[in-house]
Amino acid sequence: MDKQTETTKVAWQPGMSRREFIKTTSGLAVAAGAGWGMFGQAPAFAQERELHILEWSSFVKPADVETDRQAAEFGKQEGIKVRVEHINANDLNARATAAVESGAGPDLIRLLGNQPHVYAKGLIDHGDLIQEVGGETIWPSLRDGVNVNGVYRGVPYFFGGGAYVYRRDLFDEAKVGPPQTWDQFMDVGKKVKDLGYPIGQSLGHSFGDPPGFCYTLLWSFGGSLIDKNAKVSIDSQATRDSIKYLAEFWKSACDESGLAWDDTSNNRAFLGETISCTLNGASIYFVAKQNWEKKQDPFVKQLDHFLSPEGPAGRFHTISGQNSCIMTHSKVQSAAKNYIRFIHKEENFEKFFVINNGYIIGVVPKWREHDLWSRDPALTPYRDLGTYGQHIGYPGPYDRRSQEVFAKYIIVDLYARAVKGESPDSVIKWAESELKNIYS
Amino acid sequence: MNPTSTTTPNVSELDLDAMKPRVPWLEREGVLGYLLLAPALILIVIFMAYPFGLGIWFSFTDKLVGDPGKFVGLDNFLKNFRSQIFWQSAWNTLFFTAMATIFKTILGMWLAVILNRKFKFSRFTRAAILLPFIVPTVLSTLAWLWMFDATFSVFNWILNWFWKLDISIFDLVIKAPYRGRLRINWLGDPGWAMFSIILVNVWRGVPFFAITFLAGLQTVPQDMYDAGAIDGANGWQRFWNITLPMIKPIAVVVVVFSIVVTFADFQLVYVLTRGGPHNSTHLFATLAFQVSMQSGNLGEGASIALFMLPFLAVLILWQLLYLRKEESA
Repeated sequence: MDKQTETTKVAWQPGMSRREFIKTTSGLAVAAGAGWGMFGQAPAFAQERELHILEWSSFVKPADVETDRQAAEFGKQEGIKVRVEHINANDLNARATAAVESGAGPDLIRLLGNQPHVYAKGLIDHGDLIQEVGGETIWPSLRDGVNVNGVYRGVPYFFGGGAYVYRRDLFDEAKVGPPQTWDQFMDVGKKVKDLGYPIGQSLGHSFGDPPGFCYTLLWSFGGSLIDKNAKVSIDSQATRDSIKYLAEFWKSACDESGLAWDDTSNNRAFLGETISCTLNGASIYFVAKQNWEKKQDPFVKQLDHFLSPEGPAGRFHTISGQNSCIMTHSKVQSAAKNYIRFIHKEENFEKFFVINNGYIIGVVPKWREHDLWSRDPALTPYRDLGTYGQHIGYPGPYDRRSQEVFAKYIIVDLYARAVKGESPDSVIKWAESELKNIYS
Repeated sequence: MNPTSTTTPNVSELDLDAMKPRVPWLEREGVLGYLLLAPALILIVIFMAYPFGLGIWFSFTDKLVGDPGKFVGLDNFLKNFRSQIFWQSAWNTLFFTAMATIFKTILGMWLAVILNRKFKFSRFTRAAILLPFIVPTVLSTLAWLWMFDATFSVFNWILNWFWKLDISIFDLVIKAPYRGRLRINWLGDPGWAMFSIILVNVWRGVPFFAITFLAGLQTVPQDMYDAGAIDGANGWQRFWNITLPMIKPIAVVVVVFSIVVTFADFQLVYVLTRGGPHNSTHLFATLAFQVSMQSGNLGEGASIALFMLPFLAVLILWQLLYLRKEESA
């Protein structure tokens, strides 16, 4: 055989007939299908045990690094591969919905607030773990977030909340101090806005700061979306008063672009030095401090914090737990439980707590006694959030309906519409109708 | 040989089946056709028809996440009708689709006519024009999000630069300069937020219109333009009486296709506003996502998503009838 013929023979196989093509491809399909059927999954050789954890992407980046480090350390101890996936907190519930409905996906999801009420059917009973991490000593509103009809569907890991971070230099220039009441806050806001550095507050569709502000404003004026018996109670004089207050506050004290802000916008605006004060977790302070340590920038020395102002009904904060929730579809539930035990060990949690530098708080009151708070007095207001903290169903039940109100931004939009000029009666009527649709 | 003995046998006596060439069953068109169709059909059934059917079923149930739900008839639809957010989203969807499609059609046609001419770097320009369409939507929309940023918008920065040149026309844009600077609240003001999402949709969609129209333009015979020119038709008359009728079928397909995609747009709004401020940019798709995936009300969410169906079904039906008429003409 000459070289030419040999090459041709190798390179060119006579054409496949239709019959051969169909037989070959259908044979392959049947083989693949059989493999799937026999093994219940794509045939992979030597399947490795894996614990897949899904959680938010923290505003304090070193916290994510520490979470990943602890997960890897746990993996080594337990002999399991641990994968931690960090995503935007706004997208967590969509992923959880997909996981519960498909019965596949992450083994453990760090659900926010009372999301465990929404996904309860896809979560195991965590009763034994709750007792191990604090039981009755866990802050009540955090316990309520995972307690679904008497069954604990998750374990609160930590909680966060907002205090107002402000620039002392600008407040001094305006000759004002940190306000104690909403009336004082109005005065402060007008003066700092006159200086060209308004209060920055988001009223956009985002999970943290907008509801954190709106719910506390409503409660401290004495209003509420529902009463103790879950009856819609938004139509009240207290709600009207809070709306009137915000309409004026927005115009005369705030950066009016806040209607478009998400939870990162006020961080950028504050660190970009366009506002003087904003409701936030301690992430702004964290970033400023890091930069100060690196660059000797005195900016952070001007920063301090204060708690949410008091209204006629008192002082309130929204606090929201981050709950470790093991999925019923997980094949590694035992390892997942051990992981929760591992991260709650005193020495492990303390490392995580210290790295967050005031951004997160432990779920039992003893973490208020940690010397982190006294090392940096500027952070002290965050220490007390648990004392004033309420959940988003307050004063009614913390069930899935309150989560629906939250996810639809009804309370945020109540105020957002008002600051754009709609009358209190009109926005209350709108919110009442939407709330009744949910609580009917 | 006696010719009578070789008489052709009666047809009824013949074994016709035996005389047919033996065709293996896999070679038969009837069998093979369906076999080749099967993979696509299976995919459509699994990934389109089944979820679609399931969605319709969900819309008649009170299904929550992880719960099968029970049949509730039209309750979800009635609940939607009682919600102002729903009606606002319906209006937003229609307005957004109409405006975006009108601008995409006009700008796409304009661009196609320009690209149809020969000029330096025309091939490069034709390829480059597709860039907005090629870049993943989420990625390009994130860039827009930065450009619309409430505090650091580059558009506002440019506006201020012009304003410093004392061009007073910009006083019309925003009445009260903020700290001595002009500032448009692109995503924070309901009107501007709607404008912004339409702008981004048009920016992304125009290349598709332009390239498709361009393909249509290139099929128009030059003779017709020459004949038109001899008859004294000016540029506009040639466009109106020759170009437009010639590319009408392709234009109808593009516009209908675009309406379907725009009507069901999700990514753009989700990245830019999440339906805010106060639901002024919520579309059917984003509202359905919020209600079903974020609130866990799969039944109610499915009923919202289903509202897209009648609009789009009528549109597709009209398109099919139109194309059939064109073919038979």
